[in-house]
Amino acid sequence: MSILVDRTTRVLVQGLTGREGTFHAGQMIEYGTDVRAGVTPGKGGTRHLGLPVFDTVAEAVRREGVDASVIFVPAPAAPAAILEAAAAGIGLIVCITEGIPALDMVRVKAFLRGTPARLIGPNTPGVISPGLTKLGIMPGPIHKPGPVGVISRSGTLTYEAVNQLSLLGLGQSSAVGIGGDPIVGLSFTDLMALFETDPATEAVVLIGEIGGSAEEEAARLIRSGYEKPVVAYIAGLTAPPGRRMGHAGAIMSGGRGTAARKIELLEEAGARVVRNPARIGEAAASVLGF
Amino acid sequence: MRIHEYQAKKLLSGFGVPIPRGEAVTSPSEARTTAEDLGGPVVVKAQIHAGGRGKAGGILRAANPAEAATAAARLLGLPLVTGQTGPEGRIVRRILVEEALDVVRELYAGVTLSREEACLVLLVSPRGGVDIEALALGEPDLVLRESISPSAGLLPAQAERAAWALGLSGDASSAQAIRLFAGLVRAFESTDASLVEINPLILTSAGALVAADAKMDFDDNGLPRHPDIRALFDPDEVSPEELEAARAGLSFIRLDGDVGCMVNGAGLAMATMDLVALAGGRPANFLDVGGGVSEDAVAKAFAILTSGPGVRSALVNIFGGIVRCDLVAQGIVRAARERAVRIPVVIRMEGTNVGLGRKILADSGLPFSAAPDMESAAREAVRLARAGGGAGGGAAP
Repeated sequence: MSILVDRTTRVLVQGLTGREGTFHAGQMIEYGTDVRAGVTPGKGGTRHLGLPVFDTVAEAVRREGVDASVIFVPAPAAPAAILEAAAAGIGLIVCITEGIPALDMVRVKAFLRGTPARLIGPNTPGVISPGLTKLGIMPGPIHKPGPVGVISRSGTLTYEAVNQLSLLGLGQSSAVGIGGDPIVGLSFTDLMALFETDPATEAVVLIGEIGGSAEEEAARLIRSGYEKPVVAYIAGLTAPPGRRMGHAGAIMSGGRGTAARKIELLEEAGARVVRNPARIGEAAASVLGF
Repeated sequence: MRIHEYQAKKLLSGFGVPIPRGEAVTSPSEARTTAEDLGGPVVVKAQIHAGGRGKAGGILRAANPAEAATAAARLLGLPLVTGQTGPEGRIVRRILVEEALDVVRELYAGVTLSREEACLVLLVSPRGGVDIEALALGEPDLVLRESISPSAGLLPAQAERAAWALGLSGDASSAQAIRLFAGLVRAFESTDASLVEINPLILTSAGALVAADAKMDFDDNGLPRHPDIRALFDPDEVSPEELEAARAGLSFIRLDGDVGCMVNGAGLAMATMDLVALAGGRPANFLDVGGGVSEDAVAKAFAILTSGPGVRSALVNIFGGIVRCDLVAQGIVRAARERAVRIPVVIRMEGTNVGLGRKILADSGLPFSAAPDMESAAREAVRLARAGGGAGGGAAP
């Protein structure tokens, strides 16, 4: 079992014919992902990587029955690509694209509220359910199927944590990057709720960082009686203040943006917080009695 | 990206925000001329990208044009040290000469982005001219926030409530405040800002609202569609090495430690700095080479990080995903050969093409230390920095 995606997920790639889309769609297919089609406006009717290419997402949904989409469209066109996917009834949208202006995401999220679509990202490595399917750009071979749910705001730091788990023989039910941008789709707590009801997940690893308040919300959820053990690492204890967070940005989070504060709140809530990012795997093994 | 006060004021005035009469100048004689044109007492304000200028002596009052020239001469060329500049301060290259305002009350108004609500937020406070973050923490009742609907915008009732919170109800200044809020929101949306802040917003004895200060930050992701905003960038406000790094597409921040770090990915870069600290060392920088990095950029990154003053060892931590380890290894070898790097270098690599990357490093014949994991890499880099013999040369404690 897993969350969000599994072997039955029928995947569309928006921006399939571009350089990034071509490379990563190829990697996904190699991993075993059921990639059904691509969308590149103007290239409808052609084939790429042996897949049919459509002009619009709506057509791909109608013809191939795709239910999830991975977006590799450049930043200026990516917000429209997300909106198009949601409007066409795609249930899960994974936006890999980096560099989308935050104001565009404000409008996109406002639109998504009126649809059932779930968005992961943007600026995310994507989601993988090891051994089943991967919708994203993470290196497949470091993952193993198993009982740990991984949620992260980072890319390579997630690979590091996953690698630690796998080397210890601890596999993952699913690993999800929520995206490094200020405004993203699914949050830590949305994903924690999904892992809580996933029978295959026995523990959750949370990888946070300075800024925003996603970790504070996670702490609140844990304190309210979260049913699975949570191991957390928060990057940025040594990060210089003021270099990433704007002035009034710190007001928004009520001064809760620092790593120290996030760690304190998560520990108070009962999470096992590791200070040493090289010991994330070990801590997960210990809470699982592995 | 940040801009200067004088630039923010000019920009905001285009959105109907009232600003004091004045001019940004670069010499005492221009300051004198400007003061003569304005007539009456003026304020001479250092233009640097840092807050806390008032306390640091960067804002001077002048009763007449002669005093304005003297104040300008005092500030121009000065490294101004404020609570936000660090001990080296920032050189004042330009000053803003403005009419002195007749202040009855100091207020606050700003617009920012709420990550959690995914919308803009208007913030106002009747207590301006102070550190608004501290105020929001200590006396949250004095800061009113109004979340702005992405579709409907700032509602009239919200704007009225904000004017009321500023103590400006039912008169001309209330109407002015409502226009000002709308202007701030429009300015934010039209420029892809990440912060618009008027602190203090002045209420004059004539009942007029004027932006005595203005601060604007912009979303870097929005800059490609605002060449006019990008043109406001002042390279003098960024250190030469940070500028060089930015041009190579690298994210770099200089810190005051002795272990230089090069990492792919912001999260892993922060984690690596944390590991250096846990091992008893101090990171010399934050450096994320990013995802789509070229061999050239890696070489540049390596050169920047190893040439920093006080850097005594270098720590490279790469977890290849999109970034291939062989490409990183080639960049490092090239930079090390070209620059004759004298400090010890510890390299940890994992992920895509790691075998190839390790082979390139080993075959180079250069004295890199290979580490099997990131914790031992950090320990070794800290040990080598302590052992001295690096670029800094001096004895380690």
